[in-house]
Amino acid sequence: MAEKICLEDIQKSQQEAGDTWIKVGMATCGIAAGADKVYKAVLKEVESNGLNIPVMITGCIGSCYAEPLVEVKTSEGQFMYTGVDEAMVSDIVGKHVATGKSLPSGVPSDSFNEGQMRIAMRHCGIVDPESIDSYIGNDGYAALRKHLTEGTPEGVIEEMKKSGLRGRGGAGFPTFMKWTFASKSKSDEKYIICNADEGDPGAYMDRSILEGDPHAVVEGMILGGYAIGATKGFFYVRAEYPLAIRRLQKAIDACKKYGILGENIFGSSFSFDIEIRLGAGAFVCGEETALIASLEGKRGTPRPRPPFPTDKGAFEKPSVINNVETLANVSAILFKGGDWYGSIGVGKSTGTKVFAVTGKVKHSGLVEIPMGTTIRDVVFKICGGIAKEKKILAVQTGGPSGGVITEQYLDTPISYESLAELGSIMGSGGMIVMDEDDCIVDIAKFYLGFCVDESCGKCSPCRIGGKKMLGLLEKISEGKGELGDLDKLKQICHAMQKASLCGLGQTAPNPIVSTLRYFEHEYKAHITEHKCRAGVCQKLLKYLVVEDKCKRCGICQKICPADAIEGDRKSGFTVIQDKCIKCGSCLDSCKFDAIVKK
Amino acid sequence: MVNIKIDGIDLQVEEGKTILEAAKTLGIKIPTLCKHPDVKATAACGICVVKMAGSPKMLRACTTPVTAFEEGKEFITRDPELVDVRRTVLEMILSDHPNECFTCGRNQNCELQQLAAEFGIREIPFGQCPEDHSKDDISTGTIKLEPNKCIKCGRCVEICQEVQDVHALCFIGRGFGTQISPAGTDLKLGESPCVRCGQCSAHCPTGAISEFDNTPQAWNLLRDPDKHVTVQIAPAVRVALGEAFGLEPGVNLTKKIYTALRRLGFDAVFDTNFTADLTIMEEGSEFIQRLTKGTAPLPMITTCCPAWVDFMEKYACDVMDNFSTAKSPQEMMGALVKSYYCEQKNLDCKNVVNISIMPCTAKKYELQRSADMSTCGSGVDVDLVLTTRELARFIKQAGIDLLNLPDGEADSILGDYTGAGTIFGNTGGVMEAALRTAYELITGNKLENLDLEVVRGLEGVKEATIDVAGTAVRVAVASGLGNVEYVLEKIREWKAKGADPAQIPWHFIEVMACPGGCIAGGGQPYGVSDVLRRKRTEGLYTDDRECALRRSHENPMITKIYDEFLGAPLSEKSHKLLHTHYTCRPMYKR
Repeated sequence: MAEKICLEDIQKSQQEAGDTWIKVGMATCGIAAGADKVYKAVLKEVESNGLNIPVMITGCIGSCYAEPLVEVKTSEGQFMYTGVDEAMVSDIVGKHVATGKSLPSGVPSDSFNEGQMRIAMRHCGIVDPESIDSYIGNDGYAALRKHLTEGTPEGVIEEMKKSGLRGRGGAGFPTFMKWTFASKSKSDEKYIICNADEGDPGAYMDRSILEGDPHAVVEGMILGGYAIGATKGFFYVRAEYPLAIRRLQKAIDACKKYGILGENIFGSSFSFDIEIRLGAGAFVCGEETALIASLEGKRGTPRPRPPFPTDKGAFEKPSVINNVETLANVSAILFKGGDWYGSIGVGKSTGTKVFAVTGKVKHSGLVEIPMGTTIRDVVFKICGGIAKEKKILAVQTGGPSGGVITEQYLDTPISYESLAELGSIMGSGGMIVMDEDDCIVDIAKFYLGFCVDESCGKCSPCRIGGKKMLGLLEKISEGKGELGDLDKLKQICHAMQKASLCGLGQTAPNPIVSTLRYFEHEYKAHITEHKCRAGVCQKLLKYLVVEDKCKRCGICQKICPADAIEGDRKSGFTVIQDKCIKCGSCLDSCKFDAIVKK
Repeated sequence: MVNIKIDGIDLQVEEGKTILEAAKTLGIKIPTLCKHPDVKATAACGICVVKMAGSPKMLRACTTPVTAFEEGKEFITRDPELVDVRRTVLEMILSDHPNECFTCGRNQNCELQQLAAEFGIREIPFGQCPEDHSKDDISTGTIKLEPNKCIKCGRCVEICQEVQDVHALCFIGRGFGTQISPAGTDLKLGESPCVRCGQCSAHCPTGAISEFDNTPQAWNLLRDPDKHVTVQIAPAVRVALGEAFGLEPGVNLTKKIYTALRRLGFDAVFDTNFTADLTIMEEGSEFIQRLTKGTAPLPMITTCCPAWVDFMEKYACDVMDNFSTAKSPQEMMGALVKSYYCEQKNLDCKNVVNISIMPCTAKKYELQRSADMSTCGSGVDVDLVLTTRELARFIKQAGIDLLNLPDGEADSILGDYTGAGTIFGNTGGVMEAALRTAYELITGNKLENLDLEVVRGLEGVKEATIDVAGTAVRVAVASGLGNVEYVLEKIREWKAKGADPAQIPWHFIEVMACPGGCIAGGGQPYGVSDVLRRKRTEGLYTDDRECALRRSHENPMITKIYDEFLGAPLSEKSHKLLHTHYTCRPMYKR
């Protein structure tokens, strides 16, 4: 039996918890960097100092490059400590907390997320993801109670319409429209499904939200369920996200305990339940019809639409599928209102978008920015620019389904439309920054290789087209390409985009199309000159001895595993190209910089 | 109705019809490699793409329904871009398909080969797929799986799982490594729940699944001077073989087949229709005994179909007691050739061979199904099964111009049949034949109207009630194994409720594993569809109508064989030669 709860009582008790506390970022990224040990050290240190202050865990704060992160609040204010290890803990606790005076290494928290606007991630790094009270203390479930007790499902959809929120999984379909279709479908049962099968290489927005603020997503799902008249919700989470699954389950259990899930939620006539189902790690199961098949326990392959899931979805019942970030936005929108959300952003792209910025930037991590922010600002202002002061080559958005955006377009304000115009897509939020050391053919090969591995194999354009293109790219990167191969690539790209059954196959050629659009000259250099500008394509490299610099020590000859260096200390050394396996051992071993790769 | 335009032509389409179907009514043939009228569209091949005017997107014609939303819209099925994309997709498929047409079982009737010819493919720009037979699976002894030739259209999986409810075939792996396979990574098809119905092979567009070719063994037997080689042809063969020679489906070639078989060198030509009549005597008598004397439980279920028997032994042995003990006509013929015929001709049964021509791949399995299939003490009763497709090749190999042959006759008495025997080849036929005889045997009166329309047609399950001397005899006819579950469930429910005889759902049930019955068996010429099923079925009903005698018990040669040899239906001798046992083999649980 659920406990009777009063949101205001919980909020009050949370506020009374005091204004001195310590928070340790404990998402998967933090834990991987050692936050577990730091957390234990903090607890120990607090105890040995005889301090009576709360030590909380939080989810991902976003600054992955600076993990582990410890935040301290005293009467002086909030300060963030980056790259914390156990050794630093005694000072943080013993000096800062005990005296109330921040250490020189502490950074004021409010300067930490400059240039960002956090809506979907509003509680990440703030609430304790394993405590429902912590969420309620931050206005959690107030929107749900208000709409269930004072509103109507139509009212919820109306707010969503005002907000202009579009699906954050990548396609950008207006959320209110999806909900409207499903609400009009007649059926004894309906489902709302949260797609947490995040799979783009380098993207982890959804995992971080689930790990950092699961209740925001749960609340969004219940509200969506109420709007469409669903009886049940499913979280489809990839099994590789154990911490997210654990915290989500904890959140669901806590909701059941408080009567926020179950019969007659908040005394309304609305009853709703949530179940987690695990995905086995197939990228294609992020495609909604494949997701449904997998959820039902079948082979995860897409099926043609129509019928659309809002007519016939899971178990043949009308189903809405929303992404994690979408649902995290929903609970914020319904708390603050659709007009508020709609006022943020640019044109038809309202609100904010979370990006996982990785690659060659100084500060990789999660950033949430209002739509309309330029790519340049994300890369250079928020993420500190290119690491090692290299030159930027391009930015890839949309993961393996997206495309590259070259430097000349970096001032484009980010929106669904603008990215599409540049030949890329918004996607789910992966943003990979490349510098001059990256080879464009290699990048295309990487993304295509991912889609080839992840193709379900159902339709021939995707199954065969991807594999054949990969073969052509391999040929080109080995210096065996012919100019005609570029025509073949274009021919296959076109057929795959047009004739593949689902989004995976239709968009898998995008990285090739877009790199051919902006960097065809690099492909041609590989083919006609057998040159890889970035020196990435191993087979095109030549290791050469620079005679002027060579001191004839002979180390390179000794170390070469392929006996590819001929000569002696008298006559000098040369690399026999036919024998060279391009391992680079000679270059590494030479103390005189007398070996170069070209 | 929805008004749309296709390639500039106005038409009205019933809501829900696909673009593919709508275009067909206008004489527009949109090419496809995966869509088959018997199965739900898998949308796998990507060849049937079309466009909606004003949209750059391509749609799959096979799965795009015309709905009210499409009112007034125009679809384009041919423009340079569409042809280009189709050609590229086809070239991709060909680059993943071995170039071994000459030695393939589907040479000259392969849908992929046909499409490549139509598109005028002269080179495969994306590289050639090597021949690889390392994954070939011959473990069933009846159906050969060659995964390397598979184009992953999914028809076989749909047929095996959704239509036949057998779940022996599935896809394993993913991406470029996707393969059709028995359900289980290290399993061979022979170890899977496969019942050898061969519907997968009948629906495969390429040579990835085909029947075993036993024609070389047949040649060897025919050229052995010590062997007396006899042959039998099944009912459904006669109305389908012509298709392999360019005739319309349903043309009855019985008499030309007899001549062809003699020219091939068979020493005696028999007709399985004779033992179909005999089956009616045995099975019909068994039914009457069950009905009137309660010798065994009702309902009684027919057992002519070996795939169904296999299915029952694997999936439904709770109804084993309901199975008629009568053998199939093929096996009855084998047993009689090796006993009665040898006795009559004074031949040593060790030197007598019976080859049977069947529409069916499971029949190849049936001849070794159990020890009951070997009654003469020297090997199996039926020595070799050739499917209709193999017979067509056999005749062509011998240089026989089938269509211009003079008519011939079968050898009496094992070649004499009534109209009741010939309709064994289609769904409802066994039931109709049985009722024609049982009615008379029970009531003593002749059934007036012999055309029992209630059990005819292609519906998956047909139910009827026949008044037999005041007793309402309820019957059911199921074809397509996926339809059997409904029947079995009803029986199970009835049994669970105490099996009250007054409440029995049916007294007599006919089951044929293949949708439509043997006329659409897994060994018949390619191109099966409901249109073709109806034509072949009509061919058999015509044969029935044209027979002077249309009740099995009126066949004078049936009377003769009982008088001279068997004694009476269900006699001891009949039981030894013409009846069998079943074994529960529930090794596959779902």
